[in-house]
Amino acid sequence: MTYHQAVHEVPSIFENCERPTTADKFDPTLGGKLPDEIVRKELNLPDLPERDVVKHFINLSQMNFGVDNGFYPLGSCTMKYNPKVCDEIVSMRTVTDIHPLQDPSTIQGALKLMYELEQMLCEIGGVDAVTLQPAAGAHGEFTGIHLVKAYHEANGETRKEVILPDTAHGTNPASAAMVGYDVLDLPSKEGCVDVEALKAAVSNDTAAFMLTNPNTLGLFEKNVREIAGILHDAGALLYYDGANLNAIMGKTSPGKMDFDIVHFNLHKTFATPHGGGGPGAGPVGVKKKLEEFLPVPRIVENKGTYSLDSDKPKSIGKVRAFFGNYAVFVRAYAYIKMQGGKGLVSVSENAVLNSNYLKERLKGSFELPYDPLRKHEFVLSGRPLKAKGLRTLDFAKRLLDYGFHAPTIYFPIIVDEAIMIEPTETESRETLDAFVDACEAILKEDPELLHSAPRNTARRRLDEAKAARDMIFSWHAYEKKLQSGTGGQ
Amino acid sequence: MALSECSLEMLQYLKLKSVDELFKDIPKEVRIDGLRLPDGLSELELRRELETMMGVNKTASSQPTFLGAGVYHHFIPAAVRTIVSRGEFITSYTPYQPEISQGMLQSLFEYQSFMAELTAMDVVNSSMYDASTALGEAVLMSHRISGGDTFLISRAVSPEKKDVARTYARGADIKLVDVGYDPHTGQVDLADLKSKVKDNITGFYFETPNFLGPIETQADEIRGILGNKTVVVGVNPMSLALLRPPGDVGADIVIGDAQVFGTPMNLGGPMIGIFGCKSEHVRKMPGRIIGLTNDIDGKLAYCMTLQTREQHIRRSKATSNICTNEALVALTAAAYLSIVGKSGLREIAAKNVENMHSLATRINSVKGFKAPHFKSAHFNEFVVSSDLNSDRVHKELLAKGVHGGLVLDRFFPELKHSALYATTEMHTKADHDKLIAALEAIR
Repeated sequence: MTYHQAVHEVPSIFENCERPTTADKFDPTLGGKLPDEIVRKELNLPDLPERDVVKHFINLSQMNFGVDNGFYPLGSCTMKYNPKVCDEIVSMRTVTDIHPLQDPSTIQGALKLMYELEQMLCEIGGVDAVTLQPAAGAHGEFTGIHLVKAYHEANGETRKEVILPDTAHGTNPASAAMVGYDVLDLPSKEGCVDVEALKAAVSNDTAAFMLTNPNTLGLFEKNVREIAGILHDAGALLYYDGANLNAIMGKTSPGKMDFDIVHFNLHKTFATPHGGGGPGAGPVGVKKKLEEFLPVPRIVENKGTYSLDSDKPKSIGKVRAFFGNYAVFVRAYAYIKMQGGKGLVSVSENAVLNSNYLKERLKGSFELPYDPLRKHEFVLSGRPLKAKGLRTLDFAKRLLDYGFHAPTIYFPIIVDEAIMIEPTETESRETLDAFVDACEAILKEDPELLHSAPRNTARRRLDEAKAARDMIFSWHAYEKKLQSGTGGQ
Repeated sequence: MALSECSLEMLQYLKLKSVDELFKDIPKEVRIDGLRLPDGLSELELRRELETMMGVNKTASSQPTFLGAGVYHHFIPAAVRTIVSRGEFITSYTPYQPEISQGMLQSLFEYQSFMAELTAMDVVNSSMYDASTALGEAVLMSHRISGGDTFLISRAVSPEKKDVARTYARGADIKLVDVGYDPHTGQVDLADLKSKVKDNITGFYFETPNFLGPIETQADEIRGILGNKTVVVGVNPMSLALLRPPGDVGADIVIGDAQVFGTPMNLGGPMIGIFGCKSEHVRKMPGRIIGLTNDIDGKLAYCMTLQTREQHIRRSKATSNICTNEALVALTAAAYLSIVGKSGLREIAAKNVENMHSLATRINSVKGFKAPHFKSAHFNEFVVSSDLNSDRVHKELLAKGVHGGLVLDRFFPELKHSALYATTEMHTKADHDKLIAALEAIR
């Protein structure tokens, strides 16, 4: 074990921000250009030399762990390596310095890129049309469920319910609820959709069924065509959560599986960096029958010239201003171009190979619920840890000490003490083996080491309950609390 | 597909003969045979192809561009890029393991602190996608706070933003109703507002400066009219270097876009939705919030908090479905504000106001044009009205290498021939000269 994260004491950037004791000399009316009653009297922001600010943030960066630092097997998040050429491309002035409301004749390159990206996603997803507008996966779900609503309403129907399996990402039920649907959770059977239970649940009130395939356990839902048939026979639609698309490119497609709507997570499958939580992009693809409902504007091509068409009376309208997260599109486009069709297939092959290899090597040390063959990810149960008075959380924290980001834990909820591992295709066998070695070593350690983990990170285990209790969300709030003598250590 | 030595060994370990066996669980009827996409490019080929493809775009530096309407061209100091380019930041994800993610967490906490100070709100979350979706979420949150079935929205709001808000409102069966603006000042028509505030009202959204440029001077009166209904205020956060913050006038929710702080225009994405509220509403708030705590050694530390509002815990009962947000853009805003500092920010904001004044005055002196159209104070954006057809003006400017303001005729027919012009510290006197010369040449 050689990992040690940098431990800097980085004071808040506001710590040296002096509150003016005398009246500020600055005249915010700018000599009467702004009326006195609308200008502010006080502005408490830091004023530090560039040198100190750079030191502040670079030291902070050293207390952060990304894919560039090491293995990041966060299940369902597809933390693959992000090619650096994309950073350079999105720094080009011809990408950065264009405005979304420019005359289309002055942004032909950008429109072409978006149009072609839509076409490439159509091919990968097996769908007929794509909108790039949604800003993230969950936003794609929100868009997709609005399409569901528009579709049924156009057919003169008001269906009230969206069904989803209990293994679904939390965003699925939240998105359906935001569009006004009641959500019905369907219990799984052996980790997959219980087809009989689905048949019993589906009714004239079912608007859609949301599914990811492979599902969050990494299992391929073999009955997907039958599932689609059940939904379609009842007049409902089938929604594909694209979070797990990295497993199947070129092997199958949501369209081929008879899904009607699919969202893509460009920040997962197409290697755009996750940015500490975002930006991402969540384009949505649909079958022909839903195309007329897509958000506007649509990008239209005519003899090599691109224009915008907002004249779509049945459109759900807009889900985000302008075109969406354009810089993310450019990166995804570049990634797909670099991989090519064959490259993308091999991405999925290697992602699945890595996942199954890691699963085979680890399953002896943990419990592995459900059928052996996995796709891009798998879920172990940390239940055996309980005998030593430990939990999955302790194991995850100890992994940090070995220089590995922890897997996703406690999800999906149907697995007790879940450890959800997605290695991705960009990790070498050496890395996977080193991860296995670390896991095995940890299981042999004194349980106290796990309880007290992590030790080699910038901070040791946090008192997260205190954060929720104290509710300090800004530095000024913290200072206030210190002054009133109720906060602090 | 040729496999590497390593992959073959891994297959052997799995007792498999070929990669195909890894996919045998995918039934034949749903199998496809590869992808009909061209072969991959080398890095060099890719660079060449994209440089050519993007080369046809006209950038703000290749033609003076006077567009704003929610996305602004501001200067970005080099040090901001240095900070934001760190792989440790860019390639991390949501800080689920706070002990190893303190860098991002502290940066996001500082972003929240900057925004809380600028807006004078108790709590600002660590980001929404952009201002338009922030408005959509604000409509839904207002409903959680005040109930009702109708949300009032100022007419002087971007049509893009309003379209997005309408989509969000539809899911919750909330109706959006416009409140007019005063034709002289461009500010909220208080009489119209008063007549529309009734029991079934959820809240009211107005902006300052609003979409048409005027800075609102009646915020206190608006607060009074709304009573216990929810007041949502939209801001251009850069203007808050000078202007009275919405927290001071009793806003319940504040939204805006912090793209102006260090993020390029990027054809409008990524942006970053600011979302702040009073502390009494925090449990009804959407999005991630970073809180302060300490670790077991007693050291100050940061983590995500109040997660029981969120989708991964609360599922269909969550306050929002948002998961991935705009964290890196939040970091960018924190880095930008730290680099320019208080005095720098004030100077930049002042330069925007001065440029706006000087440009409006000059346009106003061109025969056939009136600027600013509204009699109010402005920040960096204003309406130019004219007796000339706006589309014709737009085309003639383009032909002379100038991108004029956003033509408003379609969205605001009552303004007749008009366009929305923005100018920032990026415009030089030469840029203004070029616009004025082009306008003068139209007759």
